[in-house]
Amino acid sequence: MAAPASIAASPQGETRTIRQRLRGGDPVAHLLTMLVAGTVLLLTVLLVYQLWIQSADARHAFGFGFLWSMDWDPNAGKFGALPFVYGTLVTSALALLISVPLGVGAAIFLAELAPPRWSSVLTFLVELLAAVPSVIYGLLAIFTLVPMVRDWLGPALEDTLGFLPWFKGPIYGVGVMTAALILAVMTFPYIISISREALLSVPREQREAALAVGATKWESTWDAVVPFARLGILGSVFLSLARALGETMAVTMVIGNDPKIAASLLAPGYTIASVIANEFTEATGKLHLSALILLGLVLFLITMILNAAARLLIVATTRPGAAK
Amino acid sequence: MHGYALGEARHSGERDCSANGGKINSRRRQDEETNLKRLGVWTVALATLAGAGAWAADLHAAGATFPAPIYQKWFQEYKRQHASVQVNYQSIGSGGGIRQLTAGTVDFGASDAPMTDSQMAEIKGFQVLHFPTVMGAVVPTYNIPGVSQELKFSGETLAGIYLGKITRWNDGSIAKENPGVKLPGAGIIVTHRSDGSGTTFVWSDYLSKVSPEWKSKVGANTSLNWPVGLGAKGNEGVAGLVKQTPNSIGYVELIYAVQNKMGYGLVKNAEGIFVKADLAGVTAAAAGAAKSMPADFRVSITDAPGKTSYPISTFTWLLIPDRISDAAKREDLKAFLKWMLSDGQGYCAGLSYAPLPHQVVAKEMKQIERIQ
Repeated sequence: MAAPASIAASPQGETRTIRQRLRGGDPVAHLLTMLVAGTVLLLTVLLVYQLWIQSADARHAFGFGFLWSMDWDPNAGKFGALPFVYGTLVTSALALLISVPLGVGAAIFLAELAPPRWSSVLTFLVELLAAVPSVIYGLLAIFTLVPMVRDWLGPALEDTLGFLPWFKGPIYGVGVMTAALILAVMTFPYIISISREALLSVPREQREAALAVGATKWESTWDAVVPFARLGILGSVFLSLARALGETMAVTMVIGNDPKIAASLLAPGYTIASVIANEFTEATGKLHLSALILLGLVLFLITMILNAAARLLIVATTRPGAAK
Repeated sequence: MHGYALGEARHSGERDCSANGGKINSRRRQDEETNLKRLGVWTVALATLAGAGAWAADLHAAGATFPAPIYQKWFQEYKRQHASVQVNYQSIGSGGGIRQLTAGTVDFGASDAPMTDSQMAEIKGFQVLHFPTVMGAVVPTYNIPGVSQELKFSGETLAGIYLGKITRWNDGSIAKENPGVKLPGAGIIVTHRSDGSGTTFVWSDYLSKVSPEWKSKVGANTSLNWPVGLGAKGNEGVAGLVKQTPNSIGYVELIYAVQNKMGYGLVKNAEGIFVKADLAGVTAAAAGAAKSMPADFRVSITDAPGKTSYPISTFTWLLIPDRISDAAKREDLKAFLKWMLSDGQGYCAGLSYAPLPHQVVAKEMKQIERIQ
């Protein structure tokens, strides 16, 4: 702290000490923010460490075979991750396949084409959707999506595309398709909200330049604005992917919770997050518990790998000198 | 702490502008003192808030969710009548209860399934005593459009359905047990619990007793490798799925079915009589099993003898250490157990739990003396 005696001397001295104090604040702020950022790293390391330690029994018992074993039999002490990994990847991929085109389309409309009044009302509603708890989406899925898939969408798909293996077999209403649909609904607001922000932050000149060389409104949007906002849009997709991979409640309510790999998308399945939530509280056997934790580690690795792949994709598709 | 430092900096900044250094110092000290006092008050307030849960509780327990409503009622009533004893019960699931008891973080546990020998062996320093507290039952529920009668099931038929061998509602074995009921030819959609559950344990324990094939292929546990069917979370999940899915079958706790006024089927007991589950039938099953009850109470009462016994019945247990070093806790717990086995049983019916038969109560009273 500054010495009071010198402050009293002159007004000039006072301003100097204030400036000094401000300058002295920089290293403090630097240190504080670095510590805060460091805790993120620390948490990640601790998380992996804990998952690694706690899953020791299952790792020793099954080794890498855990990843491609199809068994999940707590009574016989046989555990394998493949049906869960499959269910997690398929539901997430299918969900994004539905929500990305819709979400990006909606974002383009809201950012570029909609009248401002519409845009603000719709954006508010979209952000409201993002705040709905997942159990509510789960209930919505049980009461509306499940009957819809069972009585209408499932039979329609079977009638038209039934020659493909993905739409054959009994239709229960609950299953991989229903889980993917509710995940699509849940990731939709994220994609819209973030993509819209990315599109809005594209400089005006970009549009004006395109219009000036004779592009139509749509051509300027599609050829000049969207490529400029590409990174933000990709970011929204990967955030949604992360959300879809880890979603537990809504998925477990409608996926049927059956650890089998069926060719049909209308058949029940299971995801990693769901099985952990379902079985953790009552897992009494040591190996069972350990296998569930190992599944957690597998989910963590899947998320890491997909995120790394996303980074690589971004690096690979960014031309040198292009806007970042 | 951060806010406190900021406040101090702002105060000292204001004071820097005034001339008299000595005054500043004394005022600063005063300021700091009031700040410290304020901080102290906050600390005490926060500690009181946090402590309301932790400090006042004399006994800590954790475990099964199925009996949680009656346990809460008991602990509350017991505290009202014996002001000194408060029990803090967390219904985190039987598995969690056993884990916490093993780790020594709770005074006692609760479970819907008796502990296995290997689980008992993991506990160091004391033996676990099993005290049956109340009983429950599991009932088959179904949704068949056009069928309003109560269906009858034998254990073999239920096992066949859940093994995926009986696939249609008009299958011969179902039709034979339900003469006069017009059953559709629709495929049976099997539903079961997806979350690990004592309900699943009882259901599969019963199927294991009546079907050798079920026993060898699937067995009994809280989570299973189901041959067929859709999984749903919780009683409400299974009930909802059955209600929503035509031609489906599932199983739920009797209490859940009663409280939600759901219809459910009759099950054939060991004497060959079809019984509709009710509290008396469950107590009868325990009484029927009492003759062959082992001394440690680790027993399944599914498929119990007795004409009125409902076959898919179960105890739920408190898991009490036989050695409690804290004398006050030990006496409190023993007094509570005695109250639970006598006056406490009176609260069962109001919450749709079946009370213990007197033969079992008498045996348990003796076991209380083993707690030292």
